[in-house]
Amino acid sequence: MGLSRDESGGEDGLYKLLREKSVEIRFHGRGGQGAVTAATLLVAAALNEGKWGQAIPSFGAERRGAHVLAFARISERPVPIHSQVRRPEIIVVLDSGLLLAEEERKKVLAGASSDTIIVANTPKPVNVGGAKLYYVDATRIARELGLVVAGWPVVNTSMLGALAKATGIVSIDSVLKAIKSYWPGRLGELNAEAARRAYEETRLAQAEKITVTR
Amino acid sequence: MALEAEEKTGVRRGTVIPMRGNDAVAYAVKLSRVKVVAAYPITPQTIIVEKIDELISKGEMDAEMIHVESEHSALAATYGAAVGGVRAFTATSSHGLVYMYEVLWWAAGSRIPVVMAVVTRAIGAPWNIHVEHSDILSTRDTGWLIAMAENNQEALDLTVMMFRVTEDPRVYLPGIVGLDGFILSHTVEPVEVPDQELVDEFLPPRRQPYTIESGAPIAMGNIIPDEAFEEHRMDMHESMREARRVIEEAGREYGKLTGRDYSSLVECYKCSDADYLFVGIGSWMGDAKIAVDALREKGLRFGALRLRWIRPFPWDELREYGLEKKAVIVLDRSISFGYAGPVFLEVSSALEAKPSMVGVLAGVGGVDVNYEDMVKIAEHVAGLVEEKGRVYVPALWYHLGEFYPMKPGPLPTRKTPRHVNKLLEELWSKKT
Repeated sequence: MGLSRDESGGEDGLYKLLREKSVEIRFHGRGGQGAVTAATLLVAAALNEGKWGQAIPSFGAERRGAHVLAFARISERPVPIHSQVRRPEIIVVLDSGLLLAEEERKKVLAGASSDTIIVANTPKPVNVGGAKLYYVDATRIARELGLVVAGWPVVNTSMLGALAKATGIVSIDSVLKAIKSYWPGRLGELNAEAARRAYEETRLAQAEKITVTR
Repeated sequence: MALEAEEKTGVRRGTVIPMRGNDAVAYAVKLSRVKVVAAYPITPQTIIVEKIDELISKGEMDAEMIHVESEHSALAATYGAAVGGVRAFTATSSHGLVYMYEVLWWAAGSRIPVVMAVVTRAIGAPWNIHVEHSDILSTRDTGWLIAMAENNQEALDLTVMMFRVTEDPRVYLPGIVGLDGFILSHTVEPVEVPDQELVDEFLPPRRQPYTIESGAPIAMGNIIPDEAFEEHRMDMHESMREARRVIEEAGREYGKLTGRDYSSLVECYKCSDADYLFVGIGSWMGDAKIAVDALREKGLRFGALRLRWIRPFPWDELREYGLEKKAVIVLDRSISFGYAGPVFLEVSSALEAKPSMVGVLAGVGGVDVNYEDMVKIAEHVAGLVEEKGRVYVPALWYHLGEFYPMKPGPLPTRKTPRHVNKLLEELWSKKT
């Protein structure tokens, strides 16, 4: 593993390491959608590239269907941080409903700025208050692939593909590798295919506004 | 180049796997070849024993798992197995820990090495499953060794080390490894898992002062003359003091094998040239390190001193780094009601209150505290010191960005912050 063992932050110190060499990500989903698993797979993907990563679940109202959060950090070197992500550079939204209802949308966009990248599961662009929006219809991809568990389309792995496309913080190959080793066999293949398709289909909102017909 | 250097020093790299803190503890238990685990589920600990159960059922671990009806029984069964001569382990949190409290004294007083993981969590009422240190610090006077991890790697390493330290004839006391609930227990980070051969080399075969064997009965826990009892307690105290040397030896050797050195009871981040010091335990001390660098960018020379061990208490290290500082900020994630945080009280006595000292209470009940909050706390305290010269504040509560000074002794008239417990306020006014 190429992971650096030096946890001192080097000459620049830990604060600069966190600000300049690390990416902070927040996942929003509904309980049962696998936001925590997505964050965990992202860490595995980062590790595949010799980077350091961390996935933090946020517990409290982890009921099925409730609005749940998970945090992740990716860095060139280990960062000794364990607090929550307050000003995410990337926000991944697993359920478009969370961007449509005003109260939920506020929670999704908390701490976001115009530099924040939103990666959302939605068939068409939605209002993200000036942030940069990448979107993909992960629900459709899941249905097409038959990736439906207990009536719920599985979108978390697709959204990792979308994240790789929108931000490049990890490569799609690392994502696919992480998925396949998390679920060996057919389930892994199917989820990897979903991620790959989402990677292909992810679009930047501004450039695509007119062509969206759904 | 790096590999060659490692070959020369004898460091052997393990396998880096992303895992939760609870998984890290479970792997440490497996690597330590524990033979009996007894446990009762409680959030956020449960994953540890679930993972161990999984390792046993897959045939990766050769141990007996005893499902008991309570935490009191969990530690009783663990302790019983250990008296029988095997390495034994249990894990708990919060209410589970206070429920088994009596048995902690039985294990320590019997001088039987046992290792337990405590995944720190607030104690109800009201109900709260999140991180706090009131549970682990309530074990402070029981005669158990207590270590506290900052991250998942340390949770694994300290658990392995704890078996060696507690089973050393100079110690023969049980030990607790603490890791913060959710913040470590459920957070996924890369953890380097050492090879089995390495751990086998590091951990000698099980040693303990006596064993119960079938056909050779012994009596334990008898009533003894008061003088003998007091001498027994004096001996426990001596052993606990001796434990620090054993920890240093074990930590140094673990470092030679793994490249991760634990020969000090504390971890210092930029302490030596600092004017001000953060002191504390657990995972948030990582955020304190980031705050140190942020504060240094602003021209405030801070350092962070983390107590990796709470028992034995790192008295010498604290004095070495703390005595000459302008001010020491002690961060406490629990309160001894009516006075101050337990860590503050201990640190203050070690430093004879010589530097300016402020005990900051924060993050109780899992409230998120990050490096930015710590910068705010540091600037506030530095301001107080600038203004008044010398300050000694045992309890200054930091809550959602605001400071609430708490007087030691009689509390000020009841004043609940408005945004907290509004309902309670209403109920109270109706009642009075």
